[in-house]
Amino acid sequence: MQVRVRYFASLVDRTGCSAESVEVQSGLDVAGLWESLCGRHAALRDLPFRPLVACDMRYSDWDDKLDGVEEVAFLPPVSGG
Amino acid sequence: MISLQDEPIRVDELIEKVQGDGDGAVALFLGTVRDNNMDRRVLGLEYHAYPEMARSEMIRLVNDARERFEVSRIGLVHRTGRLEIGEVSVAIAVAAPHRDAAFQACRHVIDTLKETVPIWKKEFFEGGEVWVEGRKS
Repeated sequence: MQVRVRYFASLVDRTGCSAESVEVQSGLDVAGLWESLCGRHAALRDLPFRPLVACDMRYSDWDDKLDGVEEVAFLPPVSGG
Repeated sequence: MISLQDEPIRVDELIEKVQGDGDGAVALFLGTVRDNNMDRRVLGLEYHAYPEMARSEMIRLVNDARERFEVSRIGLVHRTGRLEIGEVSVAIAVAAPHRDAAFQACRHVIDTLKETVPIWKKEFFEGGEVWVEGRKS
């Protein structure tokens, strides 16, 4: 199945894109997806922070499965206000 | 009233929208762009959001504050895009029958927003620009 991956703030600079479509196997979790994205974009490997993750716009955990998820966003620590 | 917008924030309109005849207090918080951070002279900020999720998190935190505190209405507006020194980046207005609840809810909303709402600022300073990620300002 396909998931849409979105990046924000410095992660856009590191990947060179704000969104991409990724083919994922059934049963894969967020951590597994991240590992494969780090293979695609080497600059994701040495982040000075641990990204937050949101599945379909809700904060999620790294061991959450992606089955049924349409959009996964990786978020640097937020700095609004 | 909840808004994530490129346009300047109209504080007077926000106050009008939250204030009712049964309220004895309106607490107002404005976040403004300051000209320095971490010993650097700041020229301006650019706010970027994950807009769909930012809006839903803003709604969630306002609903949460309305459940926790005895308040009538809460208005929350956040800017996106380029802001100059002195501009208002975020405005929170809380109307309540009594001031204690208004102050507490207002504080709760800004503190929670800074932790949970997916918005980031890029800082432009003399000689460069940098993403601010996490509590470094």
